[in-house]
Amino acid sequence: MDLTLKIWRQKNATSKGKFVTYKVNGISPNSSFLEMMDILNESLVVKGEDPVAFDHDCREGICGACSMYINGRPHGPDKAITTCQLHMRRFKDGDTIVIEPWRARPFPVLKDLIVDRTAFDKIIQAGGYISVNTGGIPDANAIPIPRANAELSMDAAACIGCGACVAACKNASAMLFVSAKVSQFERLPEGKPEAAERGQATVAEIDRLGFGN
Amino acid sequence: MVLKYSSITKKIIMALAGLFLISFLIVHLGINLLILKNDGREAFNLAAHFMVTNPLIQTMQWVLFGGFIIHILLGVVLQIQNWMARPQRYKVEGYSHTSFFSKFMIHTGAIILAFLVLHLINFFFRAKFGEMPGVMIGDQHYEDMGLLVIEKFKSLPYVLIYIFWLLFLGFHLDHAFHSALQSLGLNHNKYTPVAFGISRALAILIAGGFILIPLIIYIS
Ligand code: HEM
Ligand code: SF4
Ligand code: FES
Repeated sequence: MDLTLKIWRQKNATSKGKFVTYKVNGISPNSSFLEMMDILNESLVVKGEDPVAFDHDCREGICGACSMYINGRPHGPDKAITTCQLHMRRFKDGDTIVIEPWRARPFPVLKDLIVDRTAFDKIIQAGGYISVNTGGIPDANAIPIPRANAELSMDAAACIGCGACVAACKNASAMLFVSAKVSQFERLPEGKPEAAERGQATVAEIDRLGFGN
Repeated sequence: MVLKYSSITKKIIMALAGLFLISFLIVHLGINLLILKNDGREAFNLAAHFMVTNPLIQTMQWVLFGGFIIHILLGVVLQIQNWMARPQRYKVEGYSHTSFFSKFMIHTGAIILAFLVLHLINFFFRAKFGEMPGVMIGDQHYEDMGLLVIEKFKSLPYVLIYIFWLLFLGFHLDHAFHSALQSLGLNHNKYTPVAFGISRALAILIAGGFILIPLIIYIS
């Protein structure tokens, strides 16, 4: 496949940044989106240019590090996957693909497509946890939990903190992230006692950090 | 649990004020439709008389006024915060799932507000402070509010302005009822799609109902 890429390039957090157009040729439809980016970067390195910086870690859809806003959608056109799970067969030969970083005031661009998502860590630090004393590992079945609650908690815990919800939201709101973090504990007996304070503290933090409503 | 000043509190108050405004619109429409009755405006004028003399309604008028102010002020605050939360916009705007009119609430709201001022000058202030034609119903004298309305809607520009205005009210309402429920945390797998339907129905029935009035008066 031959593709035209329009990629946001920005030297560092303080520089202005702009879109730069690149051509990549002979891409296999079976390669992943990030592999396609790797191929582009190898060609840039060979030419002595600065490769495109982007976040990635597990490349198996579980860590949430990869973050690209592809053709108007975080993580690209597919449903319920991260950028690293996107494959080039979702595009057509000759397509133009616009790749942007997440855009939100609390997620400043550090370089090219990498944004600083420590705002999410601050939300968790503000109260998105369960206070427990350390000690021996409690017995797995000592506290009975209704299956429905366990399932709902697990659904909420599926949030990998990628930030796509903020990137997608027209208000750049972090409400979905916070609701996932609050719900995953609220459903369990261990998390229930602090549920109200947890909710208030994390919501106060997203307001303080300047996410939208 | 204390309600702290936060994004969620603002959205809750916004939603309650919006729902209150919807309930007002329904009452307002119900009364207005009486003018289409072919009874020499009697039912309409009696209803209008009731609205300006009943102490409960007169009190509610101030609550309504407050509801508008709160809804508008909070709407502007929320919108400015939302704009500030994304100083740099995307080159390719998102096509993630949002309803069309949800993106334009501040714009449709601003248009509603602009013409609301005109509307208040036309009818409300006129009835409160201006000269009003009179009419006898039985052996009692009433203000002929109905005549005022009918006179206004004999003019084509007025009819067109009102239809334009009410269309934008409809656009605003399309993303109103279900969105208010969502803001209140009332979200449900089965019933949220129903709430979407109710929202659309309210938008069409309320805006359509109000539009009928100048339209029918002008045509007949
Ligand atoms: C009779 C007139 C009006 C009615 C019935 C109405 C009703 C509503 C309702 C029910 C909502 C949804 C609330 C929510 O999402 O929680 C809403 C949202 C909104 N309204 Fe109105 N409204 C009216 C007039 C106005 C005016 C005059 C303005 C501003 C100039 C305005 C600005 C907004 C804005 C900005 C939102 C979105 C707020 C958000 O981000 O949640 N509205 N309206
Ligand atoms: S809730 Fe937001 S941060 Fe969490 S996984 Fe979903 S998109 Fe990513
Ligand atoms: S790199 Fe870990 S989810 Fe994509």
